[in-house]
Amino acid sequence: MRRTAPAFALIAAAVLALAACGSSSTPAATTGAGASSAPSITGTITVFAASSLKEAFTAIGQQFEAAHPGVKVVFNFAASSDLATQITQGAPADVFASASGKNMTQVTTAGYAAASTPFVKNTMEIAAPPANPFKVTGVADLAKTGIKLALCQPQVPCGSTAAAVFTNAKLTVHPVTLEADVKSVLAKVELGEADAGVVYVTDVRAAGSKVVGIPIADGVNASTTYPIAALTKSTNSAAAQAFVAYVLSAGGSTVLTADGFAKP
Amino acid sequence: MTGGLAVDATVRRGGFLLGLAFAVAPGEVLGVLGPNGAGKTTLLRALAGLTPVSSGHLTLDGVALDDASTGAFLEPSQRPVGLVFQNYRLFPHLSVLENVAFAQRSRGRGRAPARAAAATWLETFGLTELAERKPAALSGGQAQRVALARALAGEPGLLLLDEPLSALDARTRLEVQSELRRHLADFAGPSLLVTHDPLEALVLADRLLVIEEGAVVQQGTPAEVARRPATDYVARLVGLNLYAGSVDGERVSLPGGGGFVVPDHGRRGEVLVAVRPSSVVVSNQAPAGPTSARNTWPGTVTGLTMLTDRVRLDIEGAPPVLADVTPASVAELSLAPGAAVWVSVKATDLDVYGSGQP
Amino acid sequence: MLAPALVGVAFLVLPLVGLLLRTPWSSMARILVAADVTQALRLSLWTASVATVVSVLLGVPLAWLLARSQFPGIALLRALVTLPLVLPPVVGGVALLLAFGRKGFVGQYLDQWFGITLPFSTAAVIIAETFVAMPFLIVTVEGALRSADQGYDEAAATLGASRMTVFRRVTLPLIAPSLVAGGVLCWARALGEFGATIAFAGNFPGRTQTMPLAVYLALESDPDAAIALSVVLLVVSVIVLVGLRDRWLRASPFR
Repeated sequence: MRRTAPAFALIAAAVLALAACGSSSTPAATTGAGASSAPSITGTITVFAASSLKEAFTAIGQQFEAAHPGVKVVFNFAASSDLATQITQGAPADVFASASGKNMTQVTTAGYAAASTPFVKNTMEIAAPPANPFKVTGVADLAKTGIKLALCQPQVPCGSTAAAVFTNAKLTVHPVTLEADVKSVLAKVELGEADAGVVYVTDVRAAGSKVVGIPIADGVNASTTYPIAALTKSTNSAAAQAFVAYVLSAGGSTVLTADGFAKP
Repeated sequence: MTGGLAVDATVRRGGFLLGLAFAVAPGEVLGVLGPNGAGKTTLLRALAGLTPVSSGHLTLDGVALDDASTGAFLEPSQRPVGLVFQNYRLFPHLSVLENVAFAQRSRGRGRAPARAAAATWLETFGLTELAERKPAALSGGQAQRVALARALAGEPGLLLLDEPLSALDARTRLEVQSELRRHLADFAGPSLLVTHDPLEALVLADRLLVIEEGAVVQQGTPAEVARRPATDYVARLVGLNLYAGSVDGERVSLPGGGGFVVPDHGRRGEVLVAVRPSSVVVSNQAPAGPTSARNTWPGTVTGLTMLTDRVRLDIEGAPPVLADVTPASVAELSLAPGAAVWVSVKATDLDVYGSGQP
Repeated sequence: MLAPALVGVAFLVLPLVGLLLRTPWSSMARILVAADVTQALRLSLWTASVATVVSVLLGVPLAWLLARSQFPGIALLRALVTLPLVLPPVVGGVALLLAFGRKGFVGQYLDQWFGITLPFSTAAVIIAETFVAMPFLIVTVEGALRSADQGYDEAAATLGASRMTVFRRVTLPLIAPSLVAGGVLCWARALGEFGATIAFAGNFPGRTQTMPLAVYLALESDPDAAIALSVVLLVVSVIVLVGLRDRWLRASPFR
């Protein structure tokens, strides 16, 4: 039972964050540099990663284990905000890969990570049911009357990024629902209850044939950048840093790009 | 038959079968007497429509309430029947006035006229000052009166009372009993009064119907039933010794041993012999010489019960007998459980009658 | 008896104390104004009340059927109607979508024939709350009907009352305390409903965003706001429940 009830976790996180404000210590950054200097790493590392990274990181983890026999990678995929809370509350994690800079800052501010490195960015795409009943062809259609549009609520990264898209496109939209997370938006689209949703490119890719993706023009699209960091409280920091280095390497980047992520 | 109630039906309830045929005339009060489980309540339920008959019919004033052969069945709410339940079943959430007004309200009468009619009933029953009380705040006797008023306020054609006095203490019972007698006399339709209290039946009923194990064992006026009980149950109720045996001239022999010498009426066959406990003479030795008592036999005292002014002895012997003696005799004869005694009865104190009907 | 009872009290009350200890009392007013709490609160109170009324209208006859009738399959029916009690509410919400959603096997006809689409509407919130909360009312009322003395119903019938009159004037008043208790339980459950609501009705301020949704979504960004909203929900619930208790539950109808 590593996952705690969010309410309690956040209260605890808030307490810890307040405490951390008083004494901010900043150890020297070592991310990535030490990876090659530790050739014989062993043991288990636990990686806390944003849900949207599930497919890519699972593949990267297998490759990493193959490259380092003796190392076992365990993942905990959840919403970045929940993961950040768990880390600052003392959950035993070695690496944190966040879907937003905000949640990473929460962790670094509390002193659980020295510094983070952006490794991918995720752009937005329109998802529609396979039949595309509203015949959505671009962002402009999302502002039409009668469309049932599902978005993330503005407090979460996919919501604020979608909002940036509409600002760029100078559109005012009237969503029927502001879902708690991107997977819920996708679910409403998959079930055919929403005519369209604005989600990450990677989510459309992962949903396969259950939705169709309608690209957003580069001129108006917006993105969120994913940072990654080895955590200072790690009990196996050699392996943690090696994993971060692998994600940033060409091998990791190939997997991520294949899933629809873009270079930061 | 047009007036009154005619019953000729069987009623099945669980594994129990009740089969009865009788009639009650308008204005007549039929006391239904029987031990627990005899089917008294089942009879009332069938008449009220709460349990359907399995065969036969129930007819009130020429109208079929329930007829298994034609399939006619009047719902309980459609029957002109007033039922006073054993525990009254007064609606606990309604005031006395609302309880009494319930039947008329149910039959579609407006609130105001139904309440006015109920108020009149309450006046008749001397309940006016209790009109606004809830049943929980009533004494047993008051609740009984309200229950009767509630049943009568529906202006039923048939009145059913299930052990109406059994929930009352002895003193209240006497008081309510005389009142009930008055109300029953005023009621124009046939009434059925179910009871297991013989005194209640004797006081309130015009005629008695004794049922045991789902069948009628005796019908008659209270006096007839009391004098010549047809079964042990009735005999016990009315406080008589009753023996079933066969007579041949002046000899009655009993299947359990023993016998009686009775006045010879040339009768033969199955008979019942009733003996009043007060007619039984008890002594502690066998009569030495000839005596007028023709029947004498030994026995053992097994129990003594103090009645108001006498002591009832339970005497084991062939046959066993109940005897009433004075407290003084108990002392004189040193009667105690286990005491050996001699019992004698005069032949003229024996009431011999056929076991069919008196 | 006393020790476990006290442990029970502590177990139930301590989390609430924790909430109150962490409540940002000084900035409460500012947070609540910023969060526009009245909108979510008004929606919550309205939908929970309508869901309770619907539950009473449908649940009481159903409870009566379950308590008073005998037919093959009644045990199965009883299990089915109380299923929402064990079903995770989010699953309930998805199930509602599959039945009453725009593509649901009932919902598609509502859409085609009447142009009604339920998801993302306030009606959907009420449906979700009713689905989750009605079993509480049914179970309570059925229990009361079972233990109620049917002798009173018989007495009413012999006094000429039709089945409907018996139910209205005798059965219902006699189980009134249980009906109120079941209604309160139902209302409280509807007020706190989250999973089925967010799955079936979505989340949109003023239309489908009830207090529990507002609390949950506020947690993502501002825990203080979440706590403040929770305290408001708690206070309103306590006021309503205590008020009802004093008015109804203590007053015996038999006196």
